[in-house]
Amino acid sequence: MIKYLLKKEFKQILRNSFLPKMIFVFPFMVLMVFPWAASYEIKNLNLSVIDNDHSSYSHQLTQKIISSNYFKLTDVSQNYSKALKSIEKNESDIILEIPVDFEKNIVNGRGGKVMISANAVNGMKGGIGMTYLVSIITDFNAGIIQELLPSAIGTNLTPTIQIDTQYRFNPHLNYRVFMVPALMVMILTLLCGFLPAISIVFEKELGTMEQINVSPVPKATFILAKLIPFWIIGLIVISIGFIIAWAVYGLIPAGYFSTIYLFAAIYILTVSGLGIVISNYASTLQQAMFIVFFFMMLFIMLSGLYTPIDSMPEWAKWIAAFNPLKHFMVVMRSVYLKGSNPIQMMNDLLALIGFAVFFNTWAVLSYHKKN
Amino acid sequence: MKQLLSFIRKEFYHILRDKTTMMILLLMPIIQIILFGFALTTEVKNTEVAVLAPTNDDASSRIIDRINASAYFDVVKRIQSTDEIEPIFRDAKAKLVVVFEDHFAEKLHQTGKAHIQLIADATDPNAATSFTFYASNIITSYQQELMGATANPYQIIPEIKMLYNPQMIGAFNFVPGVLGMIMLLICAMMTSIAIVREKEMGTMEILLVSPMKPIYIILSKITPYFVLSFVNFATIMLLSVFVLKVPIAGSLTSLVAVSLLYIFVSLALGLLVSTLTDSQQAAMLISGMGLMLPVMLLSGMIFPLENMPVALQWLSDIVPAKWYISAVKSIMIKGLGITSVLKEVSILVLMSIVLVGISVKKFKIRLE
Repeated sequence: MIKYLLKKEFKQILRNSFLPKMIFVFPFMVLMVFPWAASYEIKNLNLSVIDNDHSSYSHQLTQKIISSNYFKLTDVSQNYSKALKSIEKNESDIILEIPVDFEKNIVNGRGGKVMISANAVNGMKGGIGMTYLVSIITDFNAGIIQELLPSAIGTNLTPTIQIDTQYRFNPHLNYRVFMVPALMVMILTLLCGFLPAISIVFEKELGTMEQINVSPVPKATFILAKLIPFWIIGLIVISIGFIIAWAVYGLIPAGYFSTIYLFAAIYILTVSGLGIVISNYASTLQQAMFIVFFFMMLFIMLSGLYTPIDSMPEWAKWIAAFNPLKHFMVVMRSVYLKGSNPIQMMNDLLALIGFAVFFNTWAVLSYHKKN
Repeated sequence: MKQLLSFIRKEFYHILRDKTTMMILLLMPIIQIILFGFALTTEVKNTEVAVLAPTNDDASSRIIDRINASAYFDVVKRIQSTDEIEPIFRDAKAKLVVVFEDHFAEKLHQTGKAHIQLIADATDPNAATSFTFYASNIITSYQQELMGATANPYQIIPEIKMLYNPQMIGAFNFVPGVLGMIMLLICAMMTSIAIVREKEMGTMEILLVSPMKPIYIILSKITPYFVLSFVNFATIMLLSVFVLKVPIAGSLTSLVAVSLLYIFVSLALGLLVSTLTDSQQAAMLISGMGLMLPVMLLSGMIFPLENMPVALQWLSDIVPAKWYISAVKSIMIKGLGITSVLKEVSILVLMSIVLVGISVKKFKIRLE
């Protein structure tokens, strides 16, 4: 019986004028375009300098900052209010004000002072810009100190701790390496979540649901026949994703493809199961879409895709623990970057199996043949 | 005019009599703004740290204590050899490993030089940069303390001012972003099926044989959703001011004015989708799935637009959310007047004219 039902489902999908196009075009579009957009790399911050000193130190400092690659000098303003205007107009992100007698005070041993004002509407960006600027100034300062301080005192008395930093798994801090696996998860979630959610409501609205309801098809068989096509579509989509990731971005997982397929197979069942549960409860397409949309947003935003889970408050971490997308996202990134295997990710595996069983049981139970 | 009014009444009935959908529409933004407002933050907090200190001396344990005491880090594990680093990262037990060299304190006090290695899990590059920066700051501050009060006279002290958001609260950035996203997506999804639905139900024929002009049909379709969206906007504002504590620094009137304009643009976008597609399914998928990613990624809500390739920056120019979010940030957070967002406003006006224009033009008055 399942054979005929599957045949029907595939025909329904393939003969739709819109769905097959969507299934193939969507992953391409997303993976070709969005990795370029999804970057937190903060470079080329626009700097506005107010140089009240016009000394060789202030010029050296400005030069040093510009040559650092992080900052771009947008304007040299006469005074603070002019510089502030350029921040208001979003023309600059950060202001450096060098006061009068900057050089004189340092040379005379009275110490120097500079004022930094950063646009912190985006706290993250402001903060990073500020820290870059401070570290460049500290570096510049170290140069001056070495120049001015008698060398005998300089090296012996001050204990220095040298800090070396090593970035594992992504030594060049390439953001695309981080985003591409995540975007593959997003595509899978959106396709395998939205499409099943539509499928049953669609039959309800068309009226063909009644024919299924009066047929001898068991409930579980019907749900299974709805799930399997999306399961196959999902696995094809993720394979397309692998190919694009390799061909366009040169990304190959450090771990095994089989690990990803294992997790993906379970994950697709989870999201499709959720989609079908929603589909069972909704009476119109609109309702179904809004509910799925709500869950998708929740899953995506609380998945660690954009903001790290570690920075969330405790209660949000709890919600995130029940977010299947989060688990699969962690898995994809770990397999791609760290080469983790299923045993190391046992928690995620068990969680995903749990969700898959839960949602699909619910899907079967919530499907009623009686109205 | 009377015709238009009765048509608008008809559209209101459509919405008001579908209680489930209306509940979803009104509750969804509330839950989302609260969740996202509190949960979305990029601040570094409680990052797990593992420590490798072969010699247990006072200097290294002071530094470890400091790292542990800061809000940024939790020292969760002490390891004995460098071989343990890899498994720690693999099992996601810690994000940062601080490695002290042998006889750290001894070397520090006798030769004046000692090494610390910070090894970070850079799977998330940005988080890695920020927490290694914080860790090195903690170590440097310890070093400065060792140097004691005899601070050198040639020190340059930077005075730092964080404009508009001194505590660097994430919500200041996310509220305008989430506002822009939720409004656009909900508005577009609501209206996108408005016309297709009539096509699918067969009631379109009745509308087409009526003496109504297409523009009136479109206007009456938009009106109820406009009211509903405004209610949504008001709840989101109330929540962000009273629950998330994001103040409205500028004038409320200009904020409302810009938002009304934005709602209109979003509804018009939905209408356009509606006139171009011929099934509810396609309309919903385009407005829900198709718009979700561009709005999230190309609006500047999460990822800074300046660093994107030029082609994408152009593409982002046609995303209405980009202009709205920028205007809301200026008015609400920076407290600037309406004159400073003239560019954003005129672009949104232009967009609404173009969108409504195309919708009216594409509105087919004949059945196929």
